[in-house]
Amino acid sequence: MRALRAVGRRVGRRLVASAPALLGVVVFTFLLMRVLPGDPAVFFASGPNAGQEEIDELRRVLGLDRPIPVQLAHYLYDVGTGNLGRSLTTGQPVLRDLTERLPASLELTVTALILALGLALPLGILAALRPGSLLDHGVRLVCSLGVCVPTFVSGLLLIYVFYVVLGIAPDPTGRLDIFAASPPDITGFLLVDFLLVGDMEGWRAAAAQLVLPAATMALFTLAPLARMTRASMLAVLGSDFVRTAKSIGLGRGRVVLVYALRNALLPVITITGIVFSTMLGANVLVEKVFSWPGVGSYALDALLGSDYAPVQGFVLLMASAFVIVNLVIDTLYGIADPRVSIE
Amino acid sequence: MIPPLLQVEDLHVEFATRRGRVQAVRGVSLDLLPGATLGIVGESGSGKSVTAYAVTRLLDRAGRISSGRILFRDQDLTRASEGDMRALRGGAISMIFQNPRSALNPIRSVGRQLMDALGAHQDLSGRERRDRALDLLRDVLIRDPERRFEAYPHELSGGMCQRVMIAMAVACDPALLIADEPTTGLDVTTQKTVMDLLARLTAERNMGMILITHDLGLAVQYCGDVAVMQEGQVVERAPAATLFRAPRHAYTRRLVAASPTPRSTVQDLVGEPPRPPPPPRPQAAGTPLLLEVRDLVKRYAGFAAVDGVSFSIRPGESLGLVGESGSGKSTISRLICRLIDRSEGTILFDGQDVGGIPARDFHANPLRREIQIVFQDPHDSLNPRYNAFDCIAHPLKRMLGLRDGAKLRARVEECARRAGLPTELLTRFPHQLSGGQKARIGIARAIAARPKLLVLDEPTAALDVSVQAVILKLLDDLRREEGLAFLFVSHDLNVVRMMCERTIVLQQGRIIEEGDSRALFAAPCADYTRELLAAIPHFDPAPALAG
Amino acid sequence: MSATLRHAGWVLRGNPITAVAATGVLLLAVLAIFAPWIQPYDPIASNVRNALQPPSAANWAGTDQLGRDILSRLIAATRLDLAIAISAVSISFAAGAVIGSLCGYAGGRMDRVVGRLVDVLMAFPLFVLAMAMVAALGNRVENIIIATAFINLPFYIRFARAEVNVRRDAGWVEAARACGDSHLSVVLRFLLPNILPAMAVQISLNLGWAILNAAGLSFLGLGVTAPTPEWGIMVAEGARFITSGQWWLVAFPGFTLMLAVLCFNLLGDGLRDILDPRMRT
Repeated sequence: MRALRAVGRRVGRRLVASAPALLGVVVFTFLLMRVLPGDPAVFFASGPNAGQEEIDELRRVLGLDRPIPVQLAHYLYDVGTGNLGRSLTTGQPVLRDLTERLPASLELTVTALILALGLALPLGILAALRPGSLLDHGVRLVCSLGVCVPTFVSGLLLIYVFYVVLGIAPDPTGRLDIFAASPPDITGFLLVDFLLVGDMEGWRAAAAQLVLPAATMALFTLAPLARMTRASMLAVLGSDFVRTAKSIGLGRGRVVLVYALRNALLPVITITGIVFSTMLGANVLVEKVFSWPGVGSYALDALLGSDYAPVQGFVLLMASAFVIVNLVIDTLYGIADPRVSIE
Repeated sequence: MIPPLLQVEDLHVEFATRRGRVQAVRGVSLDLLPGATLGIVGESGSGKSVTAYAVTRLLDRAGRISSGRILFRDQDLTRASEGDMRALRGGAISMIFQNPRSALNPIRSVGRQLMDALGAHQDLSGRERRDRALDLLRDVLIRDPERRFEAYPHELSGGMCQRVMIAMAVACDPALLIADEPTTGLDVTTQKTVMDLLARLTAERNMGMILITHDLGLAVQYCGDVAVMQEGQVVERAPAATLFRAPRHAYTRRLVAASPTPRSTVQDLVGEPPRPPPPPRPQAAGTPLLLEVRDLVKRYAGFAAVDGVSFSIRPGESLGLVGESGSGKSTISRLICRLIDRSEGTILFDGQDVGGIPARDFHANPLRREIQIVFQDPHDSLNPRYNAFDCIAHPLKRMLGLRDGAKLRARVEECARRAGLPTELLTRFPHQLSGGQKARIGIARAIAARPKLLVLDEPTAALDVSVQAVILKLLDDLRREEGLAFLFVSHDLNVVRMMCERTIVLQQGRIIEEGDSRALFAAPCADYTRELLAAIPHFDPAPALAG
Repeated sequence: MSATLRHAGWVLRGNPITAVAATGVLLLAVLAIFAPWIQPYDPIASNVRNALQPPSAANWAGTDQLGRDILSRLIAATRLDLAIAISAVSISFAAGAVIGSLCGYAGGRMDRVVGRLVDVLMAFPLFVLAMAMVAALGNRVENIIIATAFINLPFYIRFARAEVNVRRDAGWVEAARACGDSHLSVVLRFLLPNILPAMAVQISLNLGWAILNAAGLSFLGLGVTAPTPEWGIMVAEGARFITSGQWWLVAFPGFTLMLAVLCFNLLGDGLRDILDPRMRT
């Protein structure tokens, strides 16, 4: 009970503490976008021979003629009221664009994380239990190679092998074959929606589309996770308190599971948070390779088209995601480690 | 004839290191009767702990028993299966470790860990285990056991953690308890509580005990027999009293001599004829004080680490500062050395107010060279990237402006000689030198600029007792020959008594007692001082306070 | 000096993998420096009649959609990619080491603020930040360097800060002050040289990461622009042909990228093992 209350306090404190960080990100992205070289007014005027008048008119409509602090104040107000502006390319409110595409990105990222954790934890633990064994060397090799392959290369090579050569993967574009019927939009997560309506065939199709991009991302994140699990497990197995546990005659299973593993997972929790953050960034690359209709490719298109609002919205979204992830990680850590509550 | 509980026969243990195999234990034979106590004493690297870990087969991965037998109740432990060993560990043979805090699982409450220990060998219900665990906490004198049951190790003091560890070790009534340096790192009063507890529990439960320690006094006070180990071998074994009174082996004799007792002098430690105490310098009225400290206060975040301390040192005088951890003695030494800023109070050096000069500017002050310091850990106090020559030359270059050249070389070599460091070692780096040699470099560096006041912050605390003896002798000689004044900080009362004319006893940042060393140790006024003196383990059967 | 070299040679013989990695890094450096003399063809001369040819005796790595020799482009790209990575890492190393060690030594509120800031920055999706920076500052090589340096900076600050923090209370630091050194001199002349070996490990590991980041940015079309030979762009251009089976356009630059990163990472790991056996993983 005492521990739970401490965790609650901690979460509350971190929420409060992350507010300035969020505000900082908002201001930062605003300023960043302000120094963008391309003038969107020129870009969106009717064409190269648009008159100065038309450009000035557009500037006024977009509010670009006012002093920067005023623009910032307006922007902050808009963000506070949930108005992230309108995308000049899609013509829709950015908030709507983002909410439409977010489930695609999340489905991909979460699947990849589950895949990576599901492989990395057992591999790391087994390698640490038998240092120097064949398995250990194998895990170390995978770890060394995994961090060296950029996601955009591994993704393309996976496409080549499984789609072009073997022909077992579906056409690597998008979340669903263009001829397949989409499920009703309930949660936005295709796998969940298909399950909810009981369309197993659709579910399999969606899953097949998801496998390659998720595997690409999982391959990339497997290495740091397995490496940290192995290192931390090794360190804990050599620690004084594991020796104590052996000295009182506890069985090997209990020593490994209760004494070693629980302690070894603490740093893994932290690294999982960082890995998740990295995946949010890597999303952009993977989504481009697989033409995945997520927020990453949306932001990239906007970025290349000098479209302010979606990029600002995207960075803001990433910042919020990062705050939430950190909060979750913090909470988990607070539950797992009684020592953190003292500070 | 009772059969022995444990018999170690010609044990050899080797470690695989990067530089090949290293023999850590070379033919050790020991035996222990049921209920008997044996102390194994040795300096670092003597193989005493390795022997203990070999008995419980808890050597780390690189270590291996290469030959010999370990018979426990006629069962050869070197051949026992891992399953048999598991049944024995905790059930028949238990261990207590150094660093009690790290020996406990940091994320499991101590009560749960105790229940784990009970459940490892006894088939008890959860309720029974809980009750037994609470009983055990009571047995090891932990107050309010219901509340402590839920505590995590970081919420307990070091002494309490060690008591929990003892409770875990005796939970299943083992026949043999091996304690590996159980009180190293604990304050002397805490050490006494823990050791008294161990002695009582082993006597009550008729357990055999092996106490591994570097402290000869501790072993003699708490063990029936003492075995002395050196370089992986037992050089002598005898009943405790005999060993102290009539050591047979040369190494034991050196060790006994080097261990400070309530009456020994610095010369006794290294087996030299005693010298008279340094002649009192003419103390004509009006002789200026070298150092005068008034109402010194140092606060950290509202907590006063040093709380209104006043004292003074005359030129050439040695003042001792004793206290347990948290008494503020190290803070005072850094304040005097002007490495940190005081919160309140005055520090007068040679009549000048140095306390008001910010620590960050003091390096440029001409008085910087007059106050020098020798640090606790000789290894830690040397820059890993400097060789011995650079270390000693550093203050000469900085404060005397000596540049590279013959003059500098001559000065460095002279300092090394005065500190007893062979000049051929000057090109070596810290990791290529022994602890004693590094201590000498630290001293040579401190005296290089010819200071008037030397602050010694536990200069021998990290050294083996035989090395400590030599270093103390060196410091004593230096003081006699150079007329240095000492501020000698230590937790070891015997050392302070030998090295200092006057002594100050500190507790929680305040001066508890102050006076002439001999008088103070012979007839302490404050209860706290008496408690401290009584807690020192001594193998001298004569009462320490008789004086 | 010769003693140091002999020692290095002795160490490398004991660590064959590190030796191989070091050789690889050396090879990359040679390629980068002598690229114009090594590359068999002009890396930007197109020859449409010879487009999309698979690897052959004439074009060992095949040709791309404009008929340019891929091997020549790979070799030419070494110089640009290494230059980006090395300059970015040098900037962040120099800035990070100084900021980090000053903060770590000073402690106090300033240090806590910087520490918190660095933690926040490190947990943020850094690649997104780099993207936004390049887009904002302009699609130029310098800006890739700046962005890569910026996202590397928190790692160096944090690393230097932690390394200095464990040493700031060491006896030899206090001893230096007792010997008459000022705070600044302690940091610059004592602490920095002591953390340099550990930082060297970090540099090697970060070079790999910097290469990945720069290539990732150009893959997205940010920073370096066609027809400049660069590994990331080459992958991006080849991506269009992967579904039609022309694998060599992606595979060769991809593998080169991977090998380069692998060499730097293994060298870093090896250096760490040599410097601190306890951190062996």
